[in-house]
Amino acid sequence: MDEIFIYLIIFGTLFGAILYAVVLVWFERRLLGLWQDRFGPNRVGPFGIGLAFADMIKLIAKEDWVPPFSDKFIFIFAPTAVMIAMLMGFAVVPYAPGIYVVDLNIALLFFLGMTSLAVYSVLLGGLASRNKYALLGGLRSAAQMVSYEVFMGLSLMGVVMLSGSFSLVDIVNAQKDLWFVVSQFLGFFVFLIAGIAEIHRLPFDLPEAEHELVAGFHTEYSGMKFSMFMLGEYLGVILISSMIVTIFFGGWLGPDFLPPIFWFGIKTFIFICFFVLLRGAIPRPRYDQLMSLGWKVMLPLTLINLMVTGGVVLWWGQA
Amino acid sequence: MIESIISQIRTLWTVLIHMFLRRETVQYPEEMPYLAPRYRGRIVLTRDPDGVERCVACNLCAVACPVDCIALEKTEDEDGRWYPEFFRINFSRCIMCGFCEEACPTYAIQLTPDFEMCEYDRQNMVYEKEHLLIDGPGKYPDYSFYRIAGKTIGGKDKGEAENEAPPVDVKSLLP
Repeated sequence: MDEIFIYLIIFGTLFGAILYAVVLVWFERRLLGLWQDRFGPNRVGPFGIGLAFADMIKLIAKEDWVPPFSDKFIFIFAPTAVMIAMLMGFAVVPYAPGIYVVDLNIALLFFLGMTSLAVYSVLLGGLASRNKYALLGGLRSAAQMVSYEVFMGLSLMGVVMLSGSFSLVDIVNAQKDLWFVVSQFLGFFVFLIAGIAEIHRLPFDLPEAEHELVAGFHTEYSGMKFSMFMLGEYLGVILISSMIVTIFFGGWLGPDFLPPIFWFGIKTFIFICFFVLLRGAIPRPRYDQLMSLGWKVMLPLTLINLMVTGGVVLWWGQA
Repeated sequence: MIESIISQIRTLWTVLIHMFLRRETVQYPEEMPYLAPRYRGRIVLTRDPDGVERCVACNLCAVACPVDCIALEKTEDEDGRWYPEFFRINFSRCIMCGFCEEACPTYAIQLTPDFEMCEYDRQNMVYEKEHLLIDGPGKYPDYSFYRIAGKTIGGKDKGEAENEAPPVDVKSLLP
C-alpha cells in the first residue's frame, strides 16, 4: 500500500508537472494578453485551452533537425539535461504533509544543485550549436551564472539558521507561527531575483534575448528538442514558485477550511502569475548591469542579512 | 538604487492595473470592425441613375494604377457612347490605394468598405466586368456623366446637357 502510494506520488509529480508546464505555455499567453488589453489565444476549445495541446502536437510533429556543423552528442544531450534537472528538483518539494516524493535531510542543497545543473543545458546547448548567436547566449548564461549563484545559496542560509534544518518539511513546519517572508524579507527578495535569473525568465532571460540574439542559446534547436527547452523553462517557473512558497510563504500551511495541498497550489499559482507579470512589465538589463547588481548590491545585502540573522539567533539562543 | 526599485514596482503596478481595463481587440469574424464609408476596399464599377454603366473606357484608371492591375478595352455602342469591351482588375496585385477612384472622371470606379476577398485559387482573384459591376450608383447617386458633359451622343445633341447653353451661331452677327 505504502509502496503504491509513493509510486502514485512520483508519477503524479512527473505527469502533473509536465502537464502543468504545457498548460502554462497557454496560460502565460492568456495572462499576458489580459495585461496588455488584448485576448491572447482564445480560439481553440474553451478559453483557447486546446492551444496548449495543439502546440504540443505541432512540436512533436515538427522536423527535428540536428545541424551537421554542431557537436552532435552534446547538442542532443543539452535539452534533456534541463528537463531531467528540473524534474529532479520536484522530488524534494513537499506538497502537503505526507505528500512528497522524498524528504531528504539535505533537500535544500539538492534543490540548489539541481537548478544549477539545469544551467549547464543552456551553456552546452549554446556551445554545441556552433552558431554565433547561440554562442553569445551561452556566454551570457555563464556570465549570469557567476553573478547570481553565489547569493542564491547564501540567501537561503538565513532560513536554514532559523529553522535549524535543510529539510524542506522541517522548514515548512518551522513557519507554523510566522512565515519566513516576514523575518527573512531580505532573503526572500534576493532569492526571488536569483530564482528569476536561475531559470532564465524575463527580465533576466539574457541567454535567450529574442530581441538581440534571435533565440539565443536555442537558435539551432527545433521540434522536440526545442520544446524540451521550453518545457524546462516552464518547469523551472513552477519549481521556483513552489520553492519560494515552501521556503518563505509557509508551504502548505493555511487556514483549515481548505486542505493543505490546495493552499500550496494557490500560493504557487500566485507566484506563477507574478512571474508572468514580471515578463509583461520589466525590461531586460544588460548583462554587465546584472553582474554589477549581483556582486555590488545583492551579495552585500545577503551577507548583511546572514550576519544579522546569525547574531539574532545567537542573542536569543536557539530559535 | 531605491528610486529605481520603486520605479520597477510602479511599472509592475501599472501593468497589473490593466487587468481591469477594457480589451482593445475586436473579435473579428464574430464582431465586425467599423469601416468608414470611404474605406478603401474592394473596387466596384457603378452605374448612373438611369442604370447604364458609367465607365467610358478612358483608361485613366489603368494609367493611374501604380501596380498595373487594371486592364480594359474601349468600344462604342450605336449611340456613340463609349463603354469598356472588357474590364479586368487583378485583385491579387491591387494595393487598394484608391488612385483609380481619384483618376476616374465619371465616378464609375469606386472603392467600397469590403475587404473579405480571400480565395484558395489565385486565378479567382481576377475580377471581370460582370463581377465588378454593381446595380447602383455608389457614392454619387445623382451623377450622370453624359447628362452633364458636352459630348454629343445619340439622343442628346450639342447644348442639350445640363448647365449647358445652346451653341452660339458664330456666323450670325446678331447679339
